[in-house]
Amino acid sequence: MNKGAVILQDITKSYKTVKALTEINVSIEKGELFGFIGPDGAGKTTLFRILTTLLNPDTGTATVAGFNTITDYKAIRKIVGYMPGRFSLYQDLTVEENLKFFASIYKSTIEENYHLISDIYRHIEPFKHRKAAQLSGGMKQKLALSCALIHKPEVLFLDEPTTGVDAVSRMEFWEMLKKLRSQGITILVSTPYMDEAALCDRVALMQNGHLMAIDTPDAIIKAFGLTIYAVKSNKMFQLLTDLQSIQETEAVYRFGDVVHYLNKSSSFDPAKISQHLIKAAHTEIIVKQTVPTIEDSFMLNMRKSDSFNTQGNDN
Amino acid sequence: MTTDRQNVIEVKNLVKKFGNFIANDHLTFEVKQGEIFGFLGANGAGKTTAIKILCGLQSPTSGEIKVAGFDVYHQTNLIKRNIGYMSQKFSLYEDLTVSQNFEFYGGIYGLTRKQIKERTAYFLKKLEITHVAGKILKEIPLGWKQKLAFSVAILHHPKIVFLDEPTGGVDPVTRRQFWEMIYEAANDGITVFVTTHYMDEAEYCERVSIMVDGRIEALDTPAGLKQKFGVNSMNEVFIRLARAQSAEQ
Repeated sequence: MNKGAVILQDITKSYKTVKALTEINVSIEKGELFGFIGPDGAGKTTLFRILTTLLNPDTGTATVAGFNTITDYKAIRKIVGYMPGRFSLYQDLTVEENLKFFASIYKSTIEENYHLISDIYRHIEPFKHRKAAQLSGGMKQKLALSCALIHKPEVLFLDEPTTGVDAVSRMEFWEMLKKLRSQGITILVSTPYMDEAALCDRVALMQNGHLMAIDTPDAIIKAFGLTIYAVKSNKMFQLLTDLQSIQETEAVYRFGDVVHYLNKSSSFDPAKISQHLIKAAHTEIIVKQTVPTIEDSFMLNMRKSDSFNTQGNDN
Repeated sequence: MTTDRQNVIEVKNLVKKFGNFIANDHLTFEVKQGEIFGFLGANGAGKTTAIKILCGLQSPTSGEIKVAGFDVYHQTNLIKRNIGYMSQKFSLYEDLTVSQNFEFYGGIYGLTRKQIKERTAYFLKKLEITHVAGKILKEIPLGWKQKLAFSVAILHHPKIVFLDEPTGGVDPVTRRQFWEMIYEAANDGITVFVTTHYMDEAEYCERVSIMVDGRIEALDTPAGLKQKFGVNSMNEVFIRLARAQSAEQ
């Protein structure tokens, strides 16, 4: 039996009147690269703070590598690495001093675990005498990851490591994570970028403190259940409103340079889209069936959960 | 697209140096009235520096730059009066109510009491949040705040609004609603100058420039850029350009 690297059972947490997490249940396997995908305010940071023993849940239990987050917090702190969303290293220490500091509080040395960080640290090593405050955003990120890894943690928590990072640096960061996973480290990562879900072994789609879906990215896409048509025409602005008036429309929204159209009816004939648009004086009409992405799935899940809770928002 | 629209931003050979470091290396471009202009680039490419100069917050080292018809060397106060700005970090006052935030910013931009009242009512109605006008900002959902910050940034109907990663961390539904607001503003004649790390949003812009290492390496419509690089998405265009640069280093 695999006892799971991280287990959350019925975790609930509120801040005064705001429910940050509601009955969170998820089990993450050892060696997994697991993503919590959701926007700001979804509860990702609260979840990570509970798992890293910085915050206690109101109810429920959580374990990391078999240790309880409340009773065994000291044991957990020794075996996890944590990279918070906000840069939290010492700005007035140099790159090397920061790394040495984190190694020494875990009674380790840079040399002992250099193999773990070499791929990442190599990029910033030429600047090892520079103060952390003077590093660029990308370099700070690499230093923070090195510091979170230097004591060879069993479980690594990365809270929004790629927020505000450009598309190329994000790709490079995920390549680093893949390499780390191959070293057997369990990695929990949170991100608001839906496209990064595809790079995880499994993901949880998270919104307003709820987990809307937990599965492999492929399975989430397979479970989508509706056909998506990618539509283009000469009048992209009007396309949204014109498509909305087709009978039994489930959703219409922009998606890059096309509009995604979904219909509720299982017997929907896509020829209707073109017919409808021709009547509305569109030309250069293109209608193609397309594969759903995690972002499509996230939005469908959001609509489903919106119809359950009547908190009255404007979506 | 009409071609007779006026230029509201004119940049010729903008150079900004910090010591030996060249943050902006001879940038040249124009933005037209009512255009949605995407200003993209990797972290550290020099976008923020250029935006600060265009907003009149920093002087360029050299170059001829006019924003809303005013010169960035001597007329920075006039520039500031004619632009709106919203940053990735939430820029409203958390412990003021929604209405008070409108009032405060309206006052700063010199609107009359009557104008503030009318514009506030207009935006509250448009965002369908009239019922929370008296709530302090801390208490309203995150998705609304971003849209509210945008409304405040265009409260005084500026000629240009600068949006610095306005949709970072925003859910996919709200992100799209935000872009609908951008379209409306542009339709209303406000020029939108926007930066983003979401490459699908680059597709929503009329024209896009991509900065690499202090220079503008590409500037065209999204369709034009995709055609030029022979790829299917703006993501691929971006990666081609930015990757080429990181390989050089």
